[in-house]
Amino acid sequence: MEEAVVLKNITKRFPGIVANDRVNLQIQKGEIHAIVGENGAGKSTLMKILAGLYQPDEGEIYIFGKKEKIASPNKAIELKIGMVHQHFMLIDRFTVLENIILGAEKKKGIAIDKKTCRQTIKKLLDLYNFNLDLDAKLEDISVGHAQRVEIIKVLYRGADILVLDEPTAVLAPQEVDELFVNLRRLKEEGKTIIFISHKLDEVLNIADNITVLRRGKAVGTVSADSVTKEELAKMMVGKPVLMKLDKAAAEKSDVKLSLHNIVMKGNGGKNSLNGVSLEVCGGEIYGIVGVEGNGQKELAEAVIGLRQDYQGDIKVCGKPIHGLSIKQIRDSGVAFIPEDRHRQGLVLPMKVWENSILGFHRKDKFKKGMFINIKKAEEFTLNNVKEFSIMISSIHQEIEGLSGGNQQKVILSRELSQEPEVILAAQPTRGLDIGAMEFVHRQLLQKRQEGKAILLISADLEEVLSLSDRIGVIFDGEIVAEFAPEEKTLEDIGVYMLGAHRKAGESA
Amino acid sequence: MLTAELLASSLRMAVPILLTAIGAVYTERSGIVNIGLEGMMIVGSFWASVGAYFYGPFVGILFAMLAGAFLALIHSVTTVTFGVNQVVSGVALNILAYGASRFLSLVIFGKATTSHHVSGFSPIDVPILSDIPFLKLLFTDISPIVITALILVPISKYIIDNTVFGLRLRAVGENPLAADTLGINVFAMRYAGVIISGMLAGMAGAYLTMEHTGMYVEGMTQGKGYIAMAAMIFGNWTPTGTLWASLLFGFAEALSLRAGEGSIIPYQFIKMIPYLLTLAVLTGIVKKATPPAASGEPYDRSIG
Repeated sequence: MEEAVVLKNITKRFPGIVANDRVNLQIQKGEIHAIVGENGAGKSTLMKILAGLYQPDEGEIYIFGKKEKIASPNKAIELKIGMVHQHFMLIDRFTVLENIILGAEKKKGIAIDKKTCRQTIKKLLDLYNFNLDLDAKLEDISVGHAQRVEIIKVLYRGADILVLDEPTAVLAPQEVDELFVNLRRLKEEGKTIIFISHKLDEVLNIADNITVLRRGKAVGTVSADSVTKEELAKMMVGKPVLMKLDKAAAEKSDVKLSLHNIVMKGNGGKNSLNGVSLEVCGGEIYGIVGVEGNGQKELAEAVIGLRQDYQGDIKVCGKPIHGLSIKQIRDSGVAFIPEDRHRQGLVLPMKVWENSILGFHRKDKFKKGMFINIKKAEEFTLNNVKEFSIMISSIHQEIEGLSGGNQQKVILSRELSQEPEVILAAQPTRGLDIGAMEFVHRQLLQKRQEGKAILLISADLEEVLSLSDRIGVIFDGEIVAEFAPEEKTLEDIGVYMLGAHRKAGESA
Repeated sequence: MLTAELLASSLRMAVPILLTAIGAVYTERSGIVNIGLEGMMIVGSFWASVGAYFYGPFVGILFAMLAGAFLALIHSVTTVTFGVNQVVSGVALNILAYGASRFLSLVIFGKATTSHHVSGFSPIDVPILSDIPFLKLLFTDISPIVITALILVPISKYIIDNTVFGLRLRAVGENPLAADTLGINVFAMRYAGVIISGMLAGMAGAYLTMEHTGMYVEGMTQGKGYIAMAAMIFGNWTPTGTLWASLLFGFAEALSLRAGEGSIIPYQFIKMIPYLLTLAVLTGIVKKATPPAASGEPYDRSIG
């Protein structure tokens, strides 16, 4: 069988780290080849080398048997390599058609020959059995469709080798299924697909062969038929991994957080929150799942007080908080783990100890007159560093130099140290590797044990299912279903996430 | 009050705003805010007087557009290549344009604040339109630049909506990273957008000097560059919208010119109308408008 891609001894160094260390990789033509590894294992770097975005420091690349140097993204396209990025490279205000042809327009004089473009795309859509409305604005289509646009975009440029970087991270279960149908169809037509992921179930489902990367090195390539999930996880982490969390029973107490009929206006006349009501008791984790952009962010922002422009009541331990400042809300016992730690949770150029007391710096224990009691703050930080085993060289280090996992630990240690009654955790493990993820999960479960109320908002369905006591599915700014995790299957939940139950006429 | 004469006057007042505002559409759609349009109008108005005085109106307009383009090139280098804050760069250019024009006016004409008298293009009648009774006053005896400005509206609309250049220009203004990954030269597109805006602002300056006043006068742009930006925003970043907005501003100015003497309201207040309208537009309407997503943000591949 012909080899589509062969990488020999690829090494890529960045200041301070070796992202890829003599990686060898062979990908057959017409196969779906998965590359798995934890965050920071070097998957994305390797693929960016293939896409012409990075140059390797050492090593050789062979494409369809010929030695090549991929000096630019254009060169990669020339070699028929197409990259589907994890963060879509699409323009919201453009139509689907415009997004597909951009940069590879068919011309008639200086004008775009839209008719020919449309015909070419239509042929592709028919061949691969894709369903897309070419005249829809990108901002109006679903994430799953946007991803199809990305795939068609590289096919339109004649790609034979498709690289998909974490393609399922943003999709609902049904959309993942549809994607897999599409990928298998592409494979039938002889396309080679490189599939990057850290979700092992999916990889085992879709891939023919799997290469595992660990700390920049390729630790092995295995056939998907001959390996179990546990074995793969062990290859990835280097030690056996507990796949199930131990969740002890916790004692439920009174309602600590309650939302009643929250309505918030969104863009374009649509409500971003449309009458959300829920209650979270002490000793309980309430998980919210949904496709991103269905009101999760607005919900979190309303609870912490970042947005006040809503109607309805939010009560923390029985006291209404609408109209209170963020400081007052936090003082009343709400801890906030924001979804974007770089923009909300931390001030990146500031030091670890400064970030550790951020927001609580007005508390008496950190003050000496009008000044900050630096000694106390440092002691406090050192204590946190020990308790949460945060890996840093010094508490005077700038926090932007830390890994994502350690940054998240700083936020957790700060937020949880103030004995909150309600913990609002938005995407608490996004971008973390398995080790750090486990740590965050254990912390949340411990707080549940201590009788705190936890509202968990996450795009990671598995995470919500394994942690939560109750789950609410948010769709279009509404909680459309509420149930215990064992009551529904993944497919059922997917139906709610996509709002399909409405079309079917079924009530939530 | 709503006479054909007033409308004709509105059109004349609207032309420099319209030309500059169309230019603003190009630069903004490429993602670069160009506050320096006022300065580019100033150098345009000055160099038009030099070109027209020594070599005639065609060279006048050529000089004006080159001068505007040169200033725009500086804006491109600072903002696109070096990622300088676009507002700061634009304001600096406005100050530079004012000082340089005053200095060069002293050198060339021996007077700091005015040039010698210059003559513009011979006015022409628009066929067909000038035969229609009500439009007669609007379309007889008018400057070719007025017609050029009006024709530029549909041409620009076509370029931006339907050409490869237009699609790529919009792409770098909306999502430069995405455009870059598709092999589009973000920097070249942005240079193009900014330089087109400089040329059009220069032409607007030439109109003021050659067709409106007959000489360069210091401060003759009277903030029209800023008004043009307001017109572009009011016109929702489109050439057609910009046309209507410019006509509205032109109308306000024409109104403020004639409601002068003998009125109960002091004329200073009436003179304020175009500027108050600008403020009203910028505060009240902007919320509804949708600027290009990457407007005002420098692009740096390593940050991307």
